[in-house]
Amino acid sequence: MLLEIVISLFILIGAAFALIGSIGLARLPDFYMRLHGPTKATTLGVGGLVIASFLYFSHGWEDVSLHEILVTLFLFITAPISASLASKAALHLKLRSLAPAPETIAKQEDAADPAGERQG
Amino acid sequence: MLNLVIPVALAMMTVAMALNLWRVVRGPDLPDRIIGLDTLYVNTIALLVLFGIGESNAVYFEAALLIAMMGFVGTVALCKYLLRGDVIE
Repeated sequence: MLLEIVISLFILIGAAFALIGSIGLARLPDFYMRLHGPTKATTLGVGGLVIASFLYFSHGWEDVSLHEILVTLFLFITAPISASLASKAALHLKLRSLAPAPETIAKQEDAADPAGERQG
Repeated sequence: MLNLVIPVALAMMTVAMALNLWRVVRGPDLPDRIIGLDTLYVNTIALLVLFGIGESNAVYFEAALLIAMMGFVGTVALCKYLLRGDVIE
């Protein structure tokens, strides 16, 4: 019974993280922000579901199932690689970020505070 | 308890995959579409794992592992094509 509650908790946490990552992918305004949702939240969501499945198929540690570890290992190795490649492709295509360039930020701060007395 | 939780989680994963599909169709630029497809296959793995728990059947893991490998190769190939104009140089 306790095991079932723990498994249900992990399933809900995993599905919630996957859903949040996908909402981030759909809703965030520019590509470099959108990259954050799937690479972190969705991978963590799959991790939660895989832990739930590991607990479910291990039957109280009698026959530990190792397929889950394989899936997790592969996914956790490949997700950062594909995110890095996608961001490289975006930089190569010169996609614009919505964030202002560093020089503009410095200029704005100088305009707001001309004496240069920045308050930390 | 699992009988209650698994349909809820399946519904959440379905909504997540619909959102990914929307990003693939809509996505203003090509990298957006690639990231949409990438998230779609990761969510497919999650859905298969969930379905395996629901059916008490460990066979679905083979499919999940295959999708993980093929999806990664596909994402890398698409990104390489955008980066270099060619997949295998």
